[in-house]
Amino acid sequence: MTTMTYLSDVATLALDPDRCNGCGSCTKVCPHAVFELSGGRASIARRDACMECGACTRNCEPGALSVEPGVGCAAAVIIGALGGGSDCGCSVKPGGGCA
Amino acid sequence: MSGLSCCQGPARKPGADDQGSPGPYVDGAVQTPAGPVPRVSTTLTPCDRWGALRVRWGVGRGSYSVPPGLYAVGAPDAASRVLVSANYKLSFDQLRRTMAGRDAWILVLDTAGVNVWCAAGEGTFGTDELVRRVQAARLAEVVSHRRLILPQLGAPGVAAHQVRRRCGFSVVWGPVMLDDLPAFLDAGLKVSPGMRTKRFPLRERAALIPMELVGGWKPAAALLLLILLASGIGAPGGYLAGVLSSGITGATTVLVALLSGAVLVPVLLPWLPGRAFSFKGLLVGAAAAAMHLWLLVGVPHDLAQGLEAGAWLALAASLASFLAMNFTGASTYTSLSGVRKEMRRAVPLQAAGALLGVMLLVGARLVG
Repeated sequence: MTTMTYLSDVATLALDPDRCNGCGSCTKVCPHAVFELSGGRASIARRDACMECGACTRNCEPGALSVEPGVGCAAAVIIGALGGGSDCGCSVKPGGGCA
Repeated sequence: MSGLSCCQGPARKPGADDQGSPGPYVDGAVQTPAGPVPRVSTTLTPCDRWGALRVRWGVGRGSYSVPPGLYAVGAPDAASRVLVSANYKLSFDQLRRTMAGRDAWILVLDTAGVNVWCAAGEGTFGTDELVRRVQAARLAEVVSHRRLILPQLGAPGVAAHQVRRRCGFSVVWGPVMLDDLPAFLDAGLKVSPGMRTKRFPLRERAALIPMELVGGWKPAAALLLLILLASGIGAPGGYLAGVLSSGITGATTVLVALLSGAVLVPVLLPWLPGRAFSFKGLLVGAAAAAMHLWLLVGVPHDLAQGLEAGAWLALAASLASFLAMNFTGASTYTSLSGVRKEMRRAVPLQAAGALLGVMLLVGARLVG
């Protein structure tokens, strides 16, 4: 089974190719194979698979990547809208599922 | 449920630096230049399994942790690999079981009992904590190499280049799934295709169903009670008759839709049409509610019955849609931007659907 895909054209992920040094960190940390490395540069190959976890931006040493990181959790959005914190009670998920 | 007395873990304060009293999983110690390091068993006891079952159902989840710090599995030496993990006991137990027959060090970070991915998102499984633990454990004295193996899902919190700069240890990103760890270690820390991708298989989705049920039963019970009590108002034949007939019909219809949403949406997720979770829940809820109404009261044969059936259908489908939308938080592939977009469209429609249900019920009472 391939990975599932959420809504199209929503991810805030952006790549500045001029700052990319081709280290390939993004291809190692992305859990949804969003990036491809070719010709010494990374590119966003599967934007719609991005879940905005922020792993790539955190590990992009030259700062070529940017994203508005967050947890794709409706309960968290509701709690946030009601003035609460942004915690979605993510710790309820066993085995690593968070977003 | 008091649990087995042997299953009480050692008491510890969040943020405590020392490993406190050893847990029942500690079966010895390994001497190192930095002092003795507790060695953990690689077999899980019935107590470990009981604890895992409890947290899957949400019992004691907030305090299911192990003391952070350095542990040993097998008989590691200065050349042995160092694996980094969170101090959520479920993750820790799975890791030590996976490491059966191997010699390694496990560096447990203080993530307040939260699993790696969630803690990485929150920043507790993060660069600062990792560097602090490496230094507190005097890892540079314990091992001769300078390499840490981290679960890939820790990457949202840990910047590998900063770890190297700050404590001299380089980070090797292990596989996403723990099941792939033995193959990764055996291959000389090389990932094979597929190990870098987080999937959301049926087994994992099904494991989340108990939490869906546990998390939602209180508001659902309140809602069902409200439906029972409200449906007697203006009912033909009096209040009590209304509660007993249409109240039970309405409450059970909504209950069936919610249960279907909580169970079938996770199970059927990839096969339900559409990408929005609210749409998937709408379909499941409406289908389940329609089937239940048909089995319970049959085809409506006057306007009042038709309006009432429509009321329960609209209400049940709207609520199931809302419930399914909340499963985005448990899924492994939804983005915050996507969830916001989905909610901007779905929540007004869900509210309108619920309102339509109430209006149809009032209409049924007026013509009935």
